[in-house]
Amino acid sequence: MTSDFWVNLIKGQPELSMLIWVCILIIVMYIARQPAHQMILLLTRGLRNALRLMAQSVMIAEKQLKKRNREVLLAQGQEHAERFIEREFQRVEILVNRDLSGYPSLQRDLKEQITRIDEDYVQSSEVPPKPPEWLKAVKAVADIPDNGSPVVAKILNDIHNTLKKALETDLQEYRRASRDRHGLLKKMMPYWRSLNSSLNSVEKKITGLEQRSIIIDGQMQTYEDIRNQTGYAERMLSSSSLTQFFISGLALCLAVIGMYVNFQLVALPMEEMVGAASYLGSSSIRASDVSALFIISIEVILGLFLMESVGITRLFPVIHLLEDHKRKLIFWIMLSFLVIFAGIEASLAYMRDMLAADREALSQLLTGVEVTEPPLRWIPSLGQMVMGFILPFVLTFVAIPLESFIHSFRTVSGLFIVWLLHLLVVSIRFVANIIYAIGKMILNVYDLIIFIPLKVESSFSSKPDKKKKDLISGVLTHQQEEVSEK
Amino acid sequence: MKTFVAKGVFLSLSFMLLMSLLAQHGCSKPREKKAVYVLVDTSGTYSKQFDKVQIVMRYLLGSLTPGESLALARIDSESFNEKDIIARMSFDLRPSMANAQKRAFIESIDKFGKNIQPSRYTDITGGILQAIEYLNETQATQRTILIFSDLKEEIKKGQIRDFPISFNGIHVVAINVTKLKSDNVDPREYQNRVETWAKRVEQGGGDWKLINDMNHLSQIIE
Repeated sequence: MTSDFWVNLIKGQPELSMLIWVCILIIVMYIARQPAHQMILLLTRGLRNALRLMAQSVMIAEKQLKKRNREVLLAQGQEHAERFIEREFQRVEILVNRDLSGYPSLQRDLKEQITRIDEDYVQSSEVPPKPPEWLKAVKAVADIPDNGSPVVAKILNDIHNTLKKALETDLQEYRRASRDRHGLLKKMMPYWRSLNSSLNSVEKKITGLEQRSIIIDGQMQTYEDIRNQTGYAERMLSSSSLTQFFISGLALCLAVIGMYVNFQLVALPMEEMVGAASYLGSSSIRASDVSALFIISIEVILGLFLMESVGITRLFPVIHLLEDHKRKLIFWIMLSFLVIFAGIEASLAYMRDMLAADREALSQLLTGVEVTEPPLRWIPSLGQMVMGFILPFVLTFVAIPLESFIHSFRTVSGLFIVWLLHLLVVSIRFVANIIYAIGKMILNVYDLIIFIPLKVESSFSSKPDKKKKDLISGVLTHQQEEVSEK
Repeated sequence: MKTFVAKGVFLSLSFMLLMSLLAQHGCSKPREKKAVYVLVDTSGTYSKQFDKVQIVMRYLLGSLTPGESLALARIDSESFNEKDIIARMSFDLRPSMANAQKRAFIESIDKFGKNIQPSRYTDITGGILQAIEYLNETQATQRTILIFSDLKEEIKKGQIRDFPISFNGIHVVAINVTKLKSDNVDPREYQNRVETWAKRVEQGGGDWKLINDMNHLSQIIE
């Protein structure tokens, strides 16, 4: 059916033909208005409902994921807080064992010091000298009236002199006793000082414990918040997890650079062992490179187990649950292997330097340049050897950021997926609304095309029964549905 | 949960290693093994060009890696002969050994350069046949024959050399194809010589290239 069929309905009158077709179309559209409206509405509504359903199910998934993320976050936070508190208690235990274990001896020392001070104090107390017993007799004799007798006066004078002498002797004795007491009090000074320093050290230890107890209190508060699943705890953990993710990611990037440097040290000499032209199967991956990577990965894994056995990381529960002596054994085994591998790598690094020098000499020979030994050739050789020895031990510490990265990755990836799901929900809803709006627009366009017969219908209808009219046009059902949806 | 973490550790480690491995090599790089056979014309007209051969040989020794092969042979009156091979080596897989072999190869080249005996005839076809035989034995993926010659074949009476040769993907590179005195009289002779050899190689399933500028040595093995 070509365009001629439409244009040549009346031969030679294409405009008229088109007009007739348009009229026919308008009439047909007017007649089919109600079912057409219903069909368009049904279609758009069906699509919108399907999309809404889809959005709802995505929302449910998002909620579930959020819940799971929350659980993971809180569980990790709880575990972390438990580890922290446990560690703090271990520190307190160490403090108590180290400092307060000597408390009985300290107490004994203090008691001894106090006893000595007390004894000295008692000794240093002033005892007033007793008056001589004969003083009363002398007094009685002195009270006898002399009655002008020179004999009595002489006797009294002698008594007076004797008394004076006795007093002088007593006074000297008293002064000597006072000097002794002062000496004793002076001897007490170092005891006082020692007592003071002992009490100061006790105070310091007690203060250290007090500070630890403050930290534990704070951590216990956090732990309680996590246990109670408060929003504050969740926000705090979420923020901490993101920070951990980025920091550990950065550290891992640096570790990968370190691994690459390590790889460069080992790859060339490995060609001597496995051959430079040996490849892995039919691929283009060189066997020497794979061997070098294998050595590096072994070193990293040894480092992981080493860190695990020390208890710094907790990636492998099997190791963590072992008895202390077994873990110690694993530690020593891993350390021995690591030292062996470090030695191998140092020798490979030296070999690499030799090979590079040989290659350089050959290229100089091929280009016809005179071969000369560069000065201080041993410095880069030594540097490479040292690097080869140290890098395996440095890579051991990859375990720490790796653990943090894995833990934080769980929550961060969860958050990212939640964000993606949320975006999906918004997009689906947006598309659903757009489809519904397009449906409405089509209805209006439809009515716009047949506006002439609609106008005629409205002018001819005697009393417009709105309900009936709407029912005919299909608007009522649409409005009812809108109300029901609201 | 913990098992998952442990698995995660190994997976992430493997992933990192794999990524570094792929970054080191690229994914689509095909593996290649090269073998080069150098034919040197020792006829009276060409024997004085050996210094250029030495330059190219040194370049090749610098370019070829362990596991690859190199041979040097002369073109004389009867070139389809093992005796005409001056030196041939498949370099050891160990770089240090390969370097030692390269040093020995340089010595062989220098020694040969000092004692070149100009030959009466030029059996290029025989040399090429010998080269093809050697290159096929190496099982290399990229096989190349370098010809230092003026490409003017002069064979003994009775020798049959006028037959098609199967090159089977071998690259043939003619280097420093000198012009003869007669070429100055009629330059078409030179063009005919080169075109004849190019046609013969291409008809035999080979790849022909002509390099007269010694500054373009990198084009020899691409």
